[in-house]
Amino acid sequence: MIEHLLSSSDLDLETATLVLDTAAEMAAVSGREVKKLPTLRGRTVVNLFYEDSTRTRISFEAAAKRLSADVINFAAKGSSVSKGESLKDTALTLQAMGADAVVIRHPASGAPHRLAGWIDGSVVNAGDGTHEHPTQALLDAYTMRSRLGRLEGLRVALVGDVLHSRVARSNVWLLRTLGAEVTLVAPPTLLPVGVDSWPVQVSYDLDSVLPKLDVVMMLRVQRERMNASFFPSVREYSRRYGLDAARMGALPEHAIVMHPGPMIRGMEISPEVADSTRSTIVEQVANGVSVRMAVLYLMLGGMA
Amino acid sequence: MNNWIISGASVLGGEPADIFVRDGVIADSAPDSAQRLDATGLIALPGLVDLHTHLREPGREDAETVETGSRAAALGGYTAVCAMANTDPVADTAGVVEQVWRLGKDAGLVDVQPIGAVTVGLAGERLAELGAMATSAARVRVFSDDGHCVHDPVLMRRALEYVKAFDGVIAQHAEEPRLTVGAQMNEGDTSARLGLAGWPAVAEEAIIARDVLLAGHVNSRLHICHVSTAGSVELIRWAKSKGWRVTAEVTPHHLLLTDDLVEGYDPVFR
Ligand SMILES: [Zn+2]
Repeated sequence: MIEHLLSSSDLDLETATLVLDTAAEMAAVSGREVKKLPTLRGRTVVNLFYEDSTRTRISFEAAAKRLSADVINFAAKGSSVSKGESLKDTALTLQAMGADAVVIRHPASGAPHRLAGWIDGSVVNAGDGTHEHPTQALLDAYTMRSRLGRLEGLRVALVGDVLHSRVARSNVWLLRTLGAEVTLVAPPTLLPVGVDSWPVQVSYDLDSVLPKLDVVMMLRVQRERMNASFFPSVREYSRRYGLDAARMGALPEHAIVMHPGPMIRGMEISPEVADSTRSTIVEQVANGVSVRMAVLYLMLGGMA
Repeated sequence: MNNWIISGASVLGGEPADIFVRDGVIADSAPDSAQRLDATGLIALPGLVDLHTHLREPGREDAETVETGSRAAALGGYTAVCAMANTDPVADTAGVVEQVWRLGKDAGLVDVQPIGAVTVGLAGERLAELGAMATSAARVRVFSDDGHCVHDPVLMRRALEYVKAFDGVIAQHAEEPRLTVGAQMNEGDTSARLGLAGWPAVAEEAIIARDVLLAGHVNSRLHICHVSTAGSVELIRWAKSKGWRVTAEVTPHHLLLTDDLVEGYDPVFR
């Protein structure tokens, strides 16, 4: 049903909706005492992680195991990869091992696309460079839908380092497909040149955007960006673009606050906002497993 | 009472006419009980704006203060002056630009609009808190390290991009520092003959060429301070023809004097 998931733009409205509906069924399973389905028994899922991301890897691992798949964790650190083996040689090894699906996290944009050309199994992009992270966008959409009841017409702002964010890219394409209206809010230095051609609104002024939102998603901003002059100081960044209690008060009553994690409290989000009832940050983690189960199920389930 | 009839002035250099002022505002008919001012033989112009002044306060009050600079400006027909940031301390924080702005208010003669530094301490290494200066009481929109060139191309790019958030402009002192080490005068026949280290036109033009391209690429506003070469004018004309948002200024001495004046080794003419 889905061959690969490399970009959220691979998903049309029908398929994206099917993933979200399937994720809802998977969430019901996760609520049961026995959290396992036999669906992917005998299938092999490889987690191929070239970056440390324990949370994403564990989420995929839990998802595959709840579907009874065999899981191989292939961490690049300390393996043949760190001794200089190319991605292509690694791909051939995985092919020989009979991997049915490879979940790849890689620091280089485009690595999952290259991998998909070298192996017969399915490839899931679990984050590539500054390109995309489609399952994050799916779990974000799932979280919005379960909190607010719909996606069509939702007004969503993505706030922060859009330039370096794979989460932002995947969310822009997916939310567009699902009928939401996206506004990107950032200092001009942290928006890509060419953003004018994206199907979004752009604002440099968070305060003017907040009162009109259903969802505000804060993106992580690394302190090191300051050293490359993307912004002058943490103080100025959080004063202009951070979400604190006062700004949260400017949101409509029903609006929710999201963050893909890992968050930097005191930079893009204040502790009282992160821990408030409007925050979906913990739900996002739980929903991640359901959504990844749905993706693996729709990729591998039909071919058993 | 602030009603005036200014008579006989040549308005914008045209035919002499009377100018009516009611409650401090130009009016189309003579106000009641007005004071008459004979301006026969004088030219009437709108208030002028000086984009590039050094009021030296805080730090060098022995040379100039906001008040003395305001007086000079008002006497010369200027109603607004922009004060460069190379004070001591440097005008690189909201606190300093607000101080200069308040001193201008207190002097009360002309609008004193502080210019903020682009980089911390004019050192060309880290962006100053441009947003904090923009949202301060001084509402800074022009940023410049004047006296120093923002020579790092990445930093210049980021500065141009960053000020788009509040419709700011970067005013560049165009001088490639590596090309002007030890330079004493314009590089050419005269400098060669006099044995003085030359300041090549390309030191200015290379930075202007780079910066107009950057401004065009990120669609931001660039101002070039004290343009002094024909090549610079060509570059700016070209950038404007592209529709890029570039402006420039020139000083009287760069327009009217030439490097022949250095023949007598009088350092005034460097
Ligand atoms: Zn200068």
